[in-house]
Amino acid sequence: MRALTWHGKHDVRVDTVPDPKIVNPRDAIIKITSTAICGSDLHLYDHTIPTMQAGDVLGHEFMGEVVEVGPGNSKLKVGQRVVVPFVIACGQCYFCKQQQFAACDNSNPAETADMSEFLYGYPMTGAFGYSHLTGGYAGGQAEYVRVPYSDIGPIVIPDGIEDDKVLFLSDILPTGWMAADNCEIKPTDTVAVWGCGPVGLFAVQSAFALGAHRVIAIDHYPHRLDLATTMGAEVINFDEVDVREALVEMTGGIGPDACIDAVGMESHGFTADSVMDKVKAAVKLVTDQTHGLRQVIIACRKGGKISIPGVYGGVTDKFPIGALMEKGLSVKSGQTHVQKYMPQLLKLIMDGKLDTTFLISHRLSLEDAPAGYKMFKEQQNEVTKVVLKPGMIRH
Amino acid sequence: MTSPISETAHGDAPLYTAKHPDPLAVEGELSPQRGDVLVGRTVTIDRPREELYAFWRDFKNLPRFMRNIRSVTTEDGRRSHWVVEAPAGKTVEWDSAITHDEPGRAISWESLDGASVRNSGRVDFLDSPDGRGTVVRVTLTYDPPAGAVGKLIAKLFQKEPKIQARQDLRRFKQLMETGEVSTAQPPDAAPRA
Repeated sequence: MRALTWHGKHDVRVDTVPDPKIVNPRDAIIKITSTAICGSDLHLYDHTIPTMQAGDVLGHEFMGEVVEVGPGNSKLKVGQRVVVPFVIACGQCYFCKQQQFAACDNSNPAETADMSEFLYGYPMTGAFGYSHLTGGYAGGQAEYVRVPYSDIGPIVIPDGIEDDKVLFLSDILPTGWMAADNCEIKPTDTVAVWGCGPVGLFAVQSAFALGAHRVIAIDHYPHRLDLATTMGAEVINFDEVDVREALVEMTGGIGPDACIDAVGMESHGFTADSVMDKVKAAVKLVTDQTHGLRQVIIACRKGGKISIPGVYGGVTDKFPIGALMEKGLSVKSGQTHVQKYMPQLLKLIMDGKLDTTFLISHRLSLEDAPAGYKMFKEQQNEVTKVVLKPGMIRH
Repeated sequence: MTSPISETAHGDAPLYTAKHPDPLAVEGELSPQRGDVLVGRTVTIDRPREELYAFWRDFKNLPRFMRNIRSVTTEDGRRSHWVVEAPAGKTVEWDSAITHDEPGRAISWESLDGASVRNSGRVDFLDSPDGRGTVVRVTLTYDPPAGAVGKLIAKLFQKEPKIQARQDLRRFKQLMETGEVSTAQPPDAAPRA
């Protein structure tokens, strides 16, 4: 089959690789009809996530048609259309039973689980196409993918709903939703969202859907800020104003009740701390550039809530622990429990209450995936989301 | 990575080998001799302990989750023959006997005279005090052999016996909770270029 593979920093290629097979009883094979490039794929593209190996198949946002089902899965049927969560979860461990699917204790293979156990104290959960820290599973930017524990993850999509309406159930829609859900929003709340990429924009949408009084979106790409405005958010361009001062003004001196960091580890800006982060990252003293997160913590109101859907992988310094403690902030973070949120979000989409198609700026053939990565990386103002269609004829 | 035996004994050993009294304390069966490598690891598995005990007690099942064991054949209710992978495609074999058997609760075994690597093991199955299933504790001891050949064989056990124990127990948990062992082994399970 054809698949998008990683070969090094800013080097991804479409290669011919072997077809995946059913190897465990609960596996299924999915023929991919739509798959997206995620903002977090850019961390792999930039090689800021360790444990990548040349030849790895990328992609963790995908959907398609079931073409083969293992003998241990009595739920899926050949021919069904499914969206697959990026988190691989067994459904039977203590964590899965608490609906903490992104903490599944079993899906990361025993051999690869060691790395994250050393890094984080306990092993990470398995995920598709996202380095060997999460298991080295092949991703879905391909013609076919093997889905382990396929009786738990994939959600069946009724006929008549096109791919573009439901594809983002695989990651970014539930991720934006959980980011807002983690803010425990009250009707009088003002929620500030750092980063108007796909997750940030879905967090804006979700915060309103969960009852936020006001949402303030922060970015520096005019087109992305426009999209946030369309959804009803007030916006701050961090190139033009001091973010904390603007937030203080806009909230009558109180500060936002909840702050969402939808930026993650490659946060940029031209302040002294972010320049130091870059220098240290270059000499491998720290791995994560966290200017955005520092600003989030400083800008949040006393007793407020911080939600971090943005991806981080390593350590940082100059972390404002004093502000966190003295202001009594609470922090929620983590990879998304996709399986928990999928059914309610599918219903909201089917009821016409949630539309995610506005985000898609480019639809490309799988063969054009390398160009898709390049433009998503380099033209962040115009390129809001790239969807790859393995079945599409190349232009 | 090299770690002194003392670190192995303390670093990854179950808490009940330390000075702290353990709420799940068990009566000791293993009495490792001076110089032995002691490895311990604890995992909680969300299945009843009788079921876990029964699976483990049938030693033929061990290769399903212990990666370096090629086969275990049981000769009678007590004795078994182990074939274990060694470096360079070779195998090491020995006979082992069960020294303690408490149905639903614990199993201990020990290699018999003539084993190239003298070893013993014990597994305990204890009800999790918080109702999360069964706390499974494995303790293994190895006596590193002397000499050049012994050194090669010892490599298999000494390289990272605690890594082996850790990974084997993860696979045991996966198999018992989900019915399968998670894998992303190329090319079938995870194609790659």
